[in-house]
Amino acid sequence: MDNTAKKRWVSLYVENDVGVLAKISGLFSGKSYNLCSLTVGETEDPTVSRMTISLFGDDKTFEQIIKQLNRSVEVIKVLDFTDLPIHKKEILYIKLHSLRRDEMEDVFRSASVFGITVTDYEKGSLILECVKTESENDDVIKYYKKHFLSRMEAVRGGSVAIESVSRSDR
Amino acid sequence: MKIKGTQLFVKALIEEGVDTLFAYPGGMAIDLFDALYGETAFRVVLPRHEQALVHAADGYARATGKTGVCLVTSGPGATNLVTGIATANYDSVPLVCFTGQVPTNLIGNDAFQEVDIVGICRSICKYAVTVRRREDLGRIIKEAFYIARTGKPGPVLVDFPKDIQLALGSDEYPKEVSIRSYKPSTGVHMGQLKKAAEMLASAKRPLFLIGGGVNISRGGEAMTKLAEQLSVPVVTTIMGKGALPTDHPLYIGNMGMHGNVASNTAVSECDLLFSIGTRFNDRITGKISEFAKNAKIVHIDIDAASISRNIVVDVPIVADAKEAIEKFTEIAVPPRHGTKEWVERLQELRAQTPIAMNTEGRLNPQDVIAAVNEHFPEAIVTTDVGQNQMWTTQFLQLRGRSRLLTSGGLGTMGYGLPSALGAKLGVPDLPVVSISGDGGFQMNEQELATAVCEELPVVICILNNSYLGNVRQWQEMFFGGRYSCTCLKKRKSCAQWCSSPNAQCPPYIPDFVKLAESYGIEGIRVTDRSQIAQAFERAKATQNKPTLIEFIIDRELDILPMVPGGNPLSEMITQYKKEGK
Repeated sequence: MDNTAKKRWVSLYVENDVGVLAKISGLFSGKSYNLCSLTVGETEDPTVSRMTISLFGDDKTFEQIIKQLNRSVEVIKVLDFTDLPIHKKEILYIKLHSLRRDEMEDVFRSASVFGITVTDYEKGSLILECVKTESENDDVIKYYKKHFLSRMEAVRGGSVAIESVSRSDR
Repeated sequence: MKIKGTQLFVKALIEEGVDTLFAYPGGMAIDLFDALYGETAFRVVLPRHEQALVHAADGYARATGKTGVCLVTSGPGATNLVTGIATANYDSVPLVCFTGQVPTNLIGNDAFQEVDIVGICRSICKYAVTVRRREDLGRIIKEAFYIARTGKPGPVLVDFPKDIQLALGSDEYPKEVSIRSYKPSTGVHMGQLKKAAEMLASAKRPLFLIGGGVNISRGGEAMTKLAEQLSVPVVTTIMGKGALPTDHPLYIGNMGMHGNVASNTAVSECDLLFSIGTRFNDRITGKISEFAKNAKIVHIDIDAASISRNIVVDVPIVADAKEAIEKFTEIAVPPRHGTKEWVERLQELRAQTPIAMNTEGRLNPQDVIAAVNEHFPEAIVTTDVGQNQMWTTQFLQLRGRSRLLTSGGLGTMGYGLPSALGAKLGVPDLPVVSISGDGGFQMNEQELATAVCEELPVVICILNNSYLGNVRQWQEMFFGGRYSCTCLKKRKSCAQWCSSPNAQCPPYIPDFVKLAESYGIEGIRVTDRSQIAQAFERAKATQNKPTLIEFIIDRELDILPMVPGGNPLSEMITQYKKEGK
């Protein structure tokens, strides 16, 4: 891997058929491409699914990945989102339990500062819902891990992305 | 009218113009075979193993340019296809393979003979699909044929559950096909082609490098015309061999690991490498950083993913080889510095450094292949993989309708005999010769039965050295002669560290002449060069059944020259002195 190696983003339109996800993920594993995350869901057209894929690679490998995706019979369109203005968010849930009263207060305060929603609550337990960029979610997890490592559970969904309409910041 | 899925299947094959179906029955395909009973629109051929079946379909497809069609049952029938599908995929051979499958309601139940063949084949075929609804059947078959033969051709697998086979539905087979996610590239980028033409016009030592793509697109004649018009010399990969007649004055030879000195020198010395239809596979390039170091590179290929993958090129052109060659012929002008000196230098070098085997008068593979050239001036020749294959690519002459069928990309042993049968079925008016080693031949020798039952007069040559010779050669050259599992005569009672043949070796394992006789065909053992001509004469005179000729060659012959893997093409081993043997 040369010094052009970096994180890249691809948006993929594929046929909404059985086996297509296996085909695409198999392409990455079979050819030893470095896949970071992959999300998939149906679009406004139920026959089309859209994948958002993040991966790590240099220019040459990335060019090959794009070509390999394009030559797959099930792929309708490949968009390179790496340097485009896009909106990109990931959902993250954090469940905390066995919290003391003072800790609970601290969690509410931190959630408000970080802009996180408390979406479920029981005495001593709660669930945080966090829709942010991947790196912001990394920071959020880092913070709660520091304080509640043995009393937390985190699940994250991988990013979904769409091209901007007018905004160029992300 | 409502018809069963099996009936639509037969109708689809007829509408696709299929004339030969390679098929092996089984539980989940029995209804399909019932629908084939008495069908006269095409020939149904029963090979003796599904791997050989798909190789036969592959040989048929390569020989005819048409799509090879296979039908097998679920489970083991399907998994036996795997090697053949991968073989076809690597060499871009159009196949449509139908596999029976358990009924849709049993899929996932670990039912008897159930296997996820679509999942297994996903990464080794162009497209694989399970028919899940009867109403999709016609469209899926139509698409399968279209995908297999268009763009970069390749194998397509259609998994066909039993309940869909039996379900009643429309009798219509679609006339048109349109797949939004699959649009093979057509046309040629004229701007890029003009750029290539300018580079060629100003080149001093231009060279065409021709790969299998030119043969697949049937672009040989156009290529010959182009080379002649420009007076530019040509080298080929083994898959490109035959694109130009091998006796053409502009043809320098095969390049790569076992190419000739002149061709590899040409690649190293050229200042423009004009390559068409090749993937720049590692067997071709040698050490990448030294490959065509002094040259600008033009690369035409149908597959964008093949371009600038292994070798960074200056002018990439995504196009069908034949179409690009024809368009290029219209605009290209001969190099303005002239190529006379360059061509003459390569021709001289070729004359000075011929590939020649010297066995002090004993029978050798060069004699055998020279005799094939002489006895079969126009023929389809298939090979297995290993030394037999390399010797064939070194010595075989191809002209006119002659073709060489060989497993180039995957390197599949056992390919030679079944692909020859497929070729003969597809092109009955040309002689078909298969050349195998004794190792590869034994991987599919059961196909002698198919040859007999289908009454196919193929000429089956076995170069017998009782070794897995290519690996043995590497073990001799690079592993200090430690012949690990390469001697095919080694028995339990042999000395553990035996590293050369001796008087205790058993004569034949197996006796191929007796094997031939057991199938009711003639087996001829040739041990001396004086017997070669007579053996081929007998084979030529044999009608409606194959002839097996076993050539007993020196046990430890090498393929030379050789560029050891990872070395630059300029560093070839042209001689190898055997130590103490």
